[in-house]
Amino acid sequence: MTIEARYGVPTVAVHTDKFDRVVRAVAAQNGMPGLRQAFVPQPVMGKTAAELRAYVDGSDPVTKRPVMQEVVEGLTRPLDDADDPAIEFDRSTPRLVAPDTEERLHRLFLDNDWTDKLPIVLPTEERVAAMLARTTRKPDETVGRMRPTHFREAWEYTVEKVAVNAVMAGAEPAYFPVILALASTGVSARGSSSSSLATMAVVNGPVCHEIGMNVGTGALGPHNHANATIGRAYGLLSQNLQGGSTPGITYMGSMGNNYAYNSVTFGENEERSPWEPFHVQHGCRPGDSAVSVFTGCRSTAFTLGLREKHWRDHVRNMLRGLDPHTPPTLLLDPITARQFVERGGFLRKDALIDWLHENGTMRADEYWDYQLVQNYIYPRATFGEEPWASKLRAAPDELIPMFRREDIHVVVVGGETNGYWRIMGCAYQKTLSVDAWR
Amino acid sequence: MTNTLSVLNPVGFAPRITRKALAPRLDTLDGKTVYLVDCRFDDSDVFLKQMQAWLAQHMPAVRTVFKPISSVYLNDDPATWEEIRARGHAAIVGVGH
Repeated sequence: MTIEARYGVPTVAVHTDKFDRVVRAVAAQNGMPGLRQAFVPQPVMGKTAAELRAYVDGSDPVTKRPVMQEVVEGLTRPLDDADDPAIEFDRSTPRLVAPDTEERLHRLFLDNDWTDKLPIVLPTEERVAAMLARTTRKPDETVGRMRPTHFREAWEYTVEKVAVNAVMAGAEPAYFPVILALASTGVSARGSSSSSLATMAVVNGPVCHEIGMNVGTGALGPHNHANATIGRAYGLLSQNLQGGSTPGITYMGSMGNNYAYNSVTFGENEERSPWEPFHVQHGCRPGDSAVSVFTGCRSTAFTLGLREKHWRDHVRNMLRGLDPHTPPTLLLDPITARQFVERGGFLRKDALIDWLHENGTMRADEYWDYQLVQNYIYPRATFGEEPWASKLRAAPDELIPMFRREDIHVVVVGGETNGYWRIMGCAYQKTLSVDAWR
Repeated sequence: MTNTLSVLNPVGFAPRITRKALAPRLDTLDGKTVYLVDCRFDDSDVFLKQMQAWLAQHMPAVRTVFKPISSVYLNDDPATWEEIRARGHAAIVGVGH
């Protein structure tokens, strides 16, 4: 679209057929509904040159016409009315839904993809007003902008819109400043990546106790109202405030992700942690309340405790089990956190992170052959971006770090019923104040 | 009489759409330079080289340039777009996904 619109060069974009509806929607939202596109079968990834030549020689699975006819005509067929179809320029959102019965409104919300397919609380004026009463911010104040992927348009939302979604999730009004803080990150909990990513949200500071969040036994499970509904609200507000999360149009996760039901939302167990809290590592004071968000949650590795003799090997094995494109965040029960102190001598989280960086290694040739490394890291390395450019100079059999040190994180959570711990593959995004939204 | 409820709409505010014009099309590709722009995603390079081979075989009067973008597809690449405008007549971009 950029080459066509900004540089005036006739262009045809080639996509796989699974993305037919989404690419047409994106073109229309960018003001180019007639953008010329051609389609080939999915997947391209992993196919041989001969198989891909057959795609080129074959038919466009969307139009049923030869692929190359679509491409050549896309560049040469004169523009006409078909290239300028009508599109809706006014997409203003009414404040209220047309009044109806409770049953029919539930059906409407479900049919419009405004829910996570679980029952919701209908956002009446009264309920939304109760939510708004728990912040000093004005209802019409803009909180942020959000979008499902990098290339899509960003939608805007106000304090009231966030409150509507918080009500739908079943959240108590007391939770609202935390939900507003999550909304203010602008990080979507309904990312549309075909990798089926989910987010993780960690809450720190006094607000955890004030609203009764669970940081101990069962903190990551469906056992606490605040954890459950704050996380659910984060998902609902993401899908509704970014313009949707509908499979095939605004959501392309191939398998989907159960973590998305409540965005892995919990508080850090600061009192039982041997280290400084996560939000303090990221610029807050201990008395501040804050939310930290991570994206790309897909993979999890786990084990029990740290064995005296081979714990280093066990941790290395866990790191090697992750895709090297997605860095590790350790979620440690306090029992295991103390074992890292006692067995590894890691008096500070930083020391543990150093060790993880130095020991999470892989042969260079294996590393560069990962598909996601090829897609997202190799192009940056070839154009000199560090530290990947240096990694690219490594001999094929040289062990290189799988992850950048700054991408490795540690959070303490759990109730010490045992020393189970896990590694969540995910990318830390930002830490923002809850207090600013009180 | 059936009781009705009034509830708020949960959807955010979409930005206004600004219509953008498509570039004028070419009369023919013969004698023209077509850039095959590789998004560097999921083996798109292998695919576009097959398309380049097809053009060489079936439309030999078309000059093609295989051009990988300068970084990942998430980043804008004005240097590459400028090169295409300066030296090319048309572009085929792939594979979007």
